[in-house]
Amino acid sequence: MSDSSWLTKFPQMERADLLAIRKTLDNAYRGFSREYGEAIEGFFEPLLQFLIGFEKLLLTTPWWIVLLTMTVLVYGVARSWKLCVAVVVSMLLIGYFGMWEDTMRTMSIIVVCTFIAIALGIPIGIIMARSNRGQQIITPILDVMQTMPAFVYLIPVVMLLGIGRIPGVIAVVIYAIPPVIRLTNLGIRLVDKEVMEASTAYGASPWQRLTGVQLPLAMPTIMAGINQTIMMALSMVVVASMIGVKGLGQPVLKSITNQYFTMGLLNGLAIVALAIIFDRASQAYAKRTQQHLGNKHS
Amino acid sequence: MSDTLIKVESLYKIFGPKPESVFPLIEQGLSKDEILAKTNHTVGLKDINLEIKRGEIFVIMGLSGSGKSTLIRHFNRLIDPSSGEIEVDKISVMQLEPKPLMEFRRHKMSMVFQNFGLLPHRTVGQNVAYGLEIQGLNKAKRQQQAQQWLEAVGLLGYENHYPSQLSGGQQQRIGLARALCTDAEILLMDEAFSALDPLIRSEMQDQLIELQEKLHKTIIFITHDLDEALRLGDRIAILKDGVIVQQGKPDEILLEPADDYVEAFVKDVNRARALTVATVMQAPAARITAETIAGALKQMKQIDSDYGHLVSDDGYQGVVTKDTLEQALKDDASSHLNDQIQDEIPSVMPDAILETVIPETLEADYALPVVDEDGHLHGELSRRDLAEVLGEQDSDKSSEKSSYR
Repeated sequence: MSDSSWLTKFPQMERADLLAIRKTLDNAYRGFSREYGEAIEGFFEPLLQFLIGFEKLLLTTPWWIVLLTMTVLVYGVARSWKLCVAVVVSMLLIGYFGMWEDTMRTMSIIVVCTFIAIALGIPIGIIMARSNRGQQIITPILDVMQTMPAFVYLIPVVMLLGIGRIPGVIAVVIYAIPPVIRLTNLGIRLVDKEVMEASTAYGASPWQRLTGVQLPLAMPTIMAGINQTIMMALSMVVVASMIGVKGLGQPVLKSITNQYFTMGLLNGLAIVALAIIFDRASQAYAKRTQQHLGNKHS
Repeated sequence: MSDTLIKVESLYKIFGPKPESVFPLIEQGLSKDEILAKTNHTVGLKDINLEIKRGEIFVIMGLSGSGKSTLIRHFNRLIDPSSGEIEVDKISVMQLEPKPLMEFRRHKMSMVFQNFGLLPHRTVGQNVAYGLEIQGLNKAKRQQQAQQWLEAVGLLGYENHYPSQLSGGQQQRIGLARALCTDAEILLMDEAFSALDPLIRSEMQDQLIELQEKLHKTIIFITHDLDEALRLGDRIAILKDGVIVQQGKPDEILLEPADDYVEAFVKDVNRARALTVATVMQAPAARITAETIAGALKQMKQIDSDYGHLVSDDGYQGVVTKDTLEQALKDDASSHLNDQIQDEIPSVMPDAILETVIPETLEADYALPVVDEDGHLHGELSRRDLAEVLGEQDSDKSSEKSSYR
């Protein structure tokens, strides 16, 4: 009987073997982090200083200057009075309900994460668009980044760098970068073949083609990717707060463990308000700059 | 005018992962379909040999899938051939490294595309100046030249519009202006007018001919429309399944189709619009060189004609008829031959389109004299000639082949 037990019970690996594998891998990683942890921390030090500095700037500046700057910036990119009014009202409400500081912290990390995601994502997207082989390799990696639960890749990051802002930034960037990569790739691949041929036929160098034709024409798609990246970064705020990123996520986390319904709701709404402002501003900007593309009777 | 600018020698293009493996099969004489079925390779172009002369409009005509768009992309190496040689102005295009190739494309050739290939995010002015921008010319100079070419194609005042705000015909004018703006010697036009509606298309053809009279570029023009080919082309090559089945002057293609394929094409062509007087006229049979009425009558009698085309040392003078000359001789023996010229009979130009001279030819009682600008008599065009060349189109094939030349 015991010989055919594999028919009814899945033939498993010996517990001892599994334990050995886990131990070896864990020890190896621990060794790696002990060995290189400091060097890697040193590598991220400038970023950390920048994050702290930016957060301090937002927190120490009087609230009305921050609000004014925000409104002017939003008007600058979106040219919409309605959106500006919405910004002022929502930020005043957030401040009135005592969430100003947390909102500033969240905003600083989101802004930094978005810039990192764009700065890394667009070049990766360009590489992907250039070679089919690149696309074949990068696509599954992006799939893993998007589907792997954030907690799983947080473990090694925390082991390596401890709890704090940098692991938070890394987690947010990993989660939020795929849309901008994918849509940069897609946008460049969708550029009209004849326009590319025209550019080549007039003797444009690869760089002239990229900056003069591919990127400008892919811009609407890339902007959609950037917009998605911002949204995904914001949705990571709560998860990031679990590894010590201060901001609107922490009160939400506290509300879950203590069942503070109202506190959770208010902080949640503040995140939503930020999301809507970022979304509308970036979309309006994209729309405004791409108006002549395909808008036949303007 | 007649020296060779572009030379294409035994050019092959085979699409597929291993083009070299297909060459033996082509040598064995397998057809395109057989090779596709056997090896999954498509023979795009097969043994193309062309010589294109400086300053001519060379039309490559074929239906979709004939390889014409593939062929034109070889001239500036948007597509690399599987084998073969292309020489432009003694430069072997195939041997060019990336950098010289870029320079070659910038200065030697420019291209006009079927769907315009304009940059939608740039204004009309910036589009026209694109080639110069690529060359690194400064802005003021670019703009000035762009302005000049916008004027040449009749789009002055649109430089700050975006292409999408303009109609198809206007957009292709931008494409044309962009191509002319780099001042390249060779113009590649890939079905440049095919996406336009018929009225605009013929307008654009006129404009191209007009510009060409001034610029004398070497133009390689791709089209699927034989009427267009005949109208524009100094010479025409007909492409079928990647092979050139015939090349020659428009009237050669029309009047001596090389095979059934070309003949099927030619059948639907409006000959009256495609042929010129020179291709249809007969040698001047009734050339009268005498200086007196009596002498003229004598010459007429010799050639058994009741009219004559009077030619003196100064060239063609006019038509004289037997009846009036005899009458004049009777009335006044001393009257001068030149006074008897029949003014009402017009002469036609040798390069006139046949269609434009139909009414005159039909109305006249005698064959019309064909006279060029310098007054030389080239031939005569009779009602019969006209009827023959225009009428044979509807008759059956066998008579078509035998009845002319």
